[in-house]
Amino acid sequence: MENMTFDLAATPLRELNQFLHQKHDVAKVTVLNPDGAHNIAVGLDSPVEVEVHGHAGYYAAGMNKTAAVTIFGSAGTGVGENMMSGKVVVKGFASNGAGASAHGGLLVIEGNAGLRCGISLKGGDIVVGGSVGSFSAFMAQAGRMVICGDAGDALGDSLYEAVLYVRGHIKSLGADAQIETMSEADFATVADLLAQAGLAHDPKEFKRIASRRELYHWNADANQEY
Amino acid sequence: MCGIVGLLVKTPALRERLGELMVPMLIGMTERGPDSAGLAVFSEALADDGRKISVYSGLTEEGAAFDWTALVGELRDGYELDVTARVTGNHAILTSRNDPDDVKLAIRTINPKLHILSTGRSIDLYKDIGTPAEVAARYDFAQLTGSHLVGHTRMATESAVTPDRAHPFTAGQDFCLVHNGSLSNPNGVRRMLEPHGIRFETDNDTEAACRFLEWRLREGDELEAALQKGFQALDGFYTFLMGTPDKLALIRDSFACKPAVVAETDDYVAIASEFRSLAHLPDINNAYVFEPAPEEMYVWKI
Repeated sequence: MENMTFDLAATPLRELNQFLHQKHDVAKVTVLNPDGAHNIAVGLDSPVEVEVHGHAGYYAAGMNKTAAVTIFGSAGTGVGENMMSGKVVVKGFASNGAGASAHGGLLVIEGNAGLRCGISLKGGDIVVGGSVGSFSAFMAQAGRMVICGDAGDALGDSLYEAVLYVRGHIKSLGADAQIETMSEADFATVADLLAQAGLAHDPKEFKRIASRRELYHWNADANQEY
Repeated sequence: MCGIVGLLVKTPALRERLGELMVPMLIGMTERGPDSAGLAVFSEALADDGRKISVYSGLTEEGAAFDWTALVGELRDGYELDVTARVTGNHAILTSRNDPDDVKLAIRTINPKLHILSTGRSIDLYKDIGTPAEVAARYDFAQLTGSHLVGHTRMATESAVTPDRAHPFTAGQDFCLVHNGSLSNPNGVRRMLEPHGIRFETDNDTEAACRFLEWRLREGDELEAALQKGFQALDGFYTFLMGTPDKLALIRDSFACKPAVVAETDDYVAIASEFRSLAHLPDINNAYVFEPAPEEMYVWKI
């Protein structure tokens, strides 16, 4: 079978997720009337394409592996959290904690993202077409974030080795985050991620934010003032 | 947890359907708040000296069998107060043109276990323990009419599960507040307010926020100015939704720890903790849906 449709107004969400978790030969699954339900298309482990038509609740496409999930609406808290690979696209806005802890794959949010976007990022890539809220990329360890709009307070607080690219205004940087010069490799990275996300911006408009690495080692003289 | 819902209808014809549209919103927040539920509904104000007082008898020995007719008779004969009552089981809305403070003092004197839920020209308030569906059925919320309402489903964290600790909370007249979150300085706020003669009825943290904001309004602050002072005085996690006779107002703390989503059409503004409480609303697919930003004030007028 090529395509399959689950109408969540008539079918329990568990049926959708159980179908997606078993071995199947369906290339594309369409989800209708998601109506803000939690945990839509979580834990996928095959290269299936999933289209969600409407607004999704919490943790949509969480823990995703190899699947391509597109939400034609907004997503609640924790969309694409802990994803390992694949691609998750949100056509609308995403609430707090989008892409939290993602190890791999690409999360695209075409609208704005809420607070703590990409918190503890562990290797995934996130592209946000709009702006991100405060405390985004907090303690992000690896991976890349491209923010086409503005960033809120404390961007990249306690960053490890993740790298952030911001096109708009940064309200404030977090502890140990600093703006760095863009290299040719950075321009190429931004161009590549924008192309994958289908967003047309000039990479030259982006700033690079990375860790100053001063928090890597304990400094007794800092007197807890960072 | 806890769930909040709010609905303000812009189209006068929809005022007749306010309760019917709201009940699925409230029930949609059952998982966030299964232990108690409540709502405050605002409708056309009574003439200048008319006041409505919502009273709850669930804490009396008689409970839902409370003899409201006897209460009204005693208020009339013993206290010379001209009061009428509209009764739904353990709940009554008493209407009077006498000074509401005199009426409330008389009610408390007659039976100290009667709990006064709200006072005002526009507001009626219902709250009780039970699931949102049970509470909605108990008071026939689907039949409610009016211009706007504020509702809440509770999962208690900061104080016991009792009807008087359910939300909405009120203070003064025609003002109510619901809260998703937990305050870290409610006792400090109480200690600050008590010397101003402000009395508390419960140990609930939300009551401190409600009385703080109503105190600012009573001191002459506009709603926006009062909320600005609230940002400074109230510490903790919160999404607050407040109702006045002509407004709904929403604020979230600076960390936006507690959710909120808004859907707006030409006909209504609907607010809920999560979208799943808005999904049934008419024309929702064409609504402007957005997430309110932290530390911003959102005020909608009827």
